[in-house]
Amino acid sequence: MESQAETATEHLESSTLEGKNKILGFWLFLAAETVLFACLIGTYLALRGQNMGGPTTQDLFDLGLVAVATGLLLTSSLTSVFAVNALNQKKQKGVQFWLGVTVLLGLAFLILEIYEFVHYTSMGHTFVSSAFGSSFYTLVGTHGAHVTFGLFWITGLIIQVARRGITKETAPKVFVSTLYWHFIDVVWVFIFTLVYLLGKVG
Amino acid sequence: MGTLIIVTVALLFLTAILTGGYNQRFLDQVKNSVVWDYITTVDHKKIGILYFISGLVFFVIGGIEALLIRIQLVAPGNDFLIGDAYNQVLTMHGTTMIFLAAMPLIFGLMNVVVPLQIGARDVAFPFLNALGYWLFSFGGILLNLSWFFGGAPDAGWTSYTSLALNEFSPGPGVDYYVLGLQITGIGTLMSAVNFAVTIINMRAPGMTFLRMPMFTWTTLVTSALLLFAMPALTVGLLLLMFDRLFGANFFDHAMGGSHVIWQHLFWIFGHPEVYIVIMPAFGIMSEVISTFSKKRLFGYNSMVFAVALIGFLGFMVWVHHMYTVGLGPVSNSVFAIATMTIAVPTGIKVFNWLFTMWGGELDFKTPMLFAVGFIPTFVMGGMTGVMVALPPADFQYQDTYFVVAHFHYTMVGGTVIGLFAGAYYWWPKMFGRKLDERLGKWHFWPFIIGFHLTFFPQHFLGLFGMPRRVFTYNDVPILQTLNIISTIGVIGMTIGTLAFMYNIIQSFRRKADAPADPWNGRTLEWAIPSPPPAYNFKQLPLIRAYDQFWISKQTGKEIEPSEPLGEIHMPSPTYLPFLMSLAMFISGFGFITRGYEMGALGLILFFIVMFIRSYEHDPGYHIQPDELTGVEKEAKA
Repeated sequence: MESQAETATEHLESSTLEGKNKILGFWLFLAAETVLFACLIGTYLALRGQNMGGPTTQDLFDLGLVAVATGLLLTSSLTSVFAVNALNQKKQKGVQFWLGVTVLLGLAFLILEIYEFVHYTSMGHTFVSSAFGSSFYTLVGTHGAHVTFGLFWITGLIIQVARRGITKETAPKVFVSTLYWHFIDVVWVFIFTLVYLLGKVG
Repeated sequence: MGTLIIVTVALLFLTAILTGGYNQRFLDQVKNSVVWDYITTVDHKKIGILYFISGLVFFVIGGIEALLIRIQLVAPGNDFLIGDAYNQVLTMHGTTMIFLAAMPLIFGLMNVVVPLQIGARDVAFPFLNALGYWLFSFGGILLNLSWFFGGAPDAGWTSYTSLALNEFSPGPGVDYYVLGLQITGIGTLMSAVNFAVTIINMRAPGMTFLRMPMFTWTTLVTSALLLFAMPALTVGLLLLMFDRLFGANFFDHAMGGSHVIWQHLFWIFGHPEVYIVIMPAFGIMSEVISTFSKKRLFGYNSMVFAVALIGFLGFMVWVHHMYTVGLGPVSNSVFAIATMTIAVPTGIKVFNWLFTMWGGELDFKTPMLFAVGFIPTFVMGGMTGVMVALPPADFQYQDTYFVVAHFHYTMVGGTVIGLFAGAYYWWPKMFGRKLDERLGKWHFWPFIIGFHLTFFPQHFLGLFGMPRRVFTYNDVPILQTLNIISTIGVIGMTIGTLAFMYNIIQSFRRKADAPADPWNGRTLEWAIPSPPPAYNFKQLPLIRAYDQFWISKQTGKEIEPSEPLGEIHMPSPTYLPFLMSLAMFISGFGFITRGYEMGALGLILFFIVMFIRSYEHDPGYHIQPDELTGVEKEAKA
């Protein structure tokens, strides 16, 4: 009985009905997002051979660069877990620090992605050059847009936690934003496999 | 750039007005008005009413479009509405009826009824609920603005890209379709999340999943379908937008694209969508038939199982819209079998309704009339459904009026008639007034006779080879006779709908004196006053059985409360959802007119308001126990 009470206070994010609703609602939203990315990935797989004489996936992709980007994003997922750990221990400074690290890693990933896009464009692989180009930029770009939104969101939450501390209102927000961040990470794992790896060795 | 300046200045003016910097007294007047109350409301009952009224307005608009189509088709070689104009009316009829009439009418009933049926005080996310409504509403307005600015979409409600790309549809029509539906779609997805969480997390103590009323069950399954189906449409619309606005090549064969991708994406959404609109009608049927037969719903567990199974199978059948694309016999066969399998759970439901009525104490009030009209009509739609599910036969039916007849039997004979039943049934709960029974009969009989007169001959028109979507046909006597009969039937449906409108107006002229339980109901919504107070339940009820309210009435015991009388927490009203939707509307309109600054500005505004909302510390307000009893007495008196 005592241990139950303890876990209840540890998990501030689900201590209120509002918090529970928010978390369940967000899981359902992620289910919808999964379908969204599944549709984009399906479209890409159907069109990835249609380069219309432009550069192919073999010519374009540089696995080294993508590996670094993947490493950054996966690490940022880990640091967001540290943030949730700090949240459970009610260490406000820890939450802010680890969320900050998450944002920085995400930003580095985004910069690499933008560099990658600029590089591909200079090689003649653009959004309008072929069906392959359209589907590639739409899929990876939608993921990038999600990362960008996540960066703004988590930055906003760092400020909010700094102002209001860890409360029944802010805890679910932080928790849910890390769910989102893990989801983006998982989507990237699929993109890495189905776009880059398959494009290079498939 | 000009638009940007105008919009900025307009926004500054709006800010000045809203903050009282312009005229304080005017601001007070606005804030005390009913309109402001509805714009800022987060109460699920008021949002439900907004949904329902908007749905009715769009239903009338879609109905007028249908009327125009039937006038054009009354004679061969008619020139009343031809070519592009006919294509626009046809496209907007389908799009309006599915997205802007059926869906909001359904959401209206769900919003009002579901929280009451599960014994909750509100939905899980009141803010999101309001946002969902306003996004839907602004999206619908955007879509219909196409009539005045540049021409309506003309590629059919399915908007196949072989008709919808720039080279085939050069005007802005399809852009309105793409962006209008995208905005309503976001709203719809939010509502789906909201309903699912409400039902899973906020049921009254003791209301297990298998004690939930059938309408709540169908809402849950519908929400799940929406959740997994809407993103496919989102992606499809996004890709089409990229193709039309930014020169992408998803659907352009010359650049390696493929039309078939659109078809897949559209129907992965589109087939679940037809179950999304029919499933709540199934729920309404179950409630109405059980209430007016004064019997427990026959085979409740199998009904739940059937709904879940239909929802599940609904995702495995989309290719039956694409048999003639040429995906091969194996794929066609698999999807044909999956499609025919759906007849089994649907059959379970139909027989359970019949067995509920069997030996019941039938009372043919208007809702029950519609329910009884629903069963044979929908069964006919289902039967032709099995016919078109067979690939070899479908090659004959494809693109003929047979298909038109089939889906109007399910959509009108199923969804619309179901919604009418629901409207008459829950009207007292929504507005505190009953609809008139005599006018209800004037609604039912002309409508159902007119409906069969219109659509039954269309089966044969199809079999005789009349293609759908085409604005005229050859001067063949049999085609002409059947088309005349079909158009005459529309008169009946028009009389019925007018009677309904008149009935609604009459109901608002009367006093709001409907009793809490006008139909001798069975579910929780009838246990509280009509219309319910803002907080719904003074004390959340304790549920011990299915049909708890009916059992309580039979045993003469009140439903036990599950909590002591205490203060009730309420969310405060907010205008942010309206503002966010307005921003989306501005953005959408900007992209359609190729004013990209305006499009970007709208999106930025949307995200700014979103962050304002996140930072806003809004504790809501509390209703004290002594206020509660006061309100309750007032309602009784």
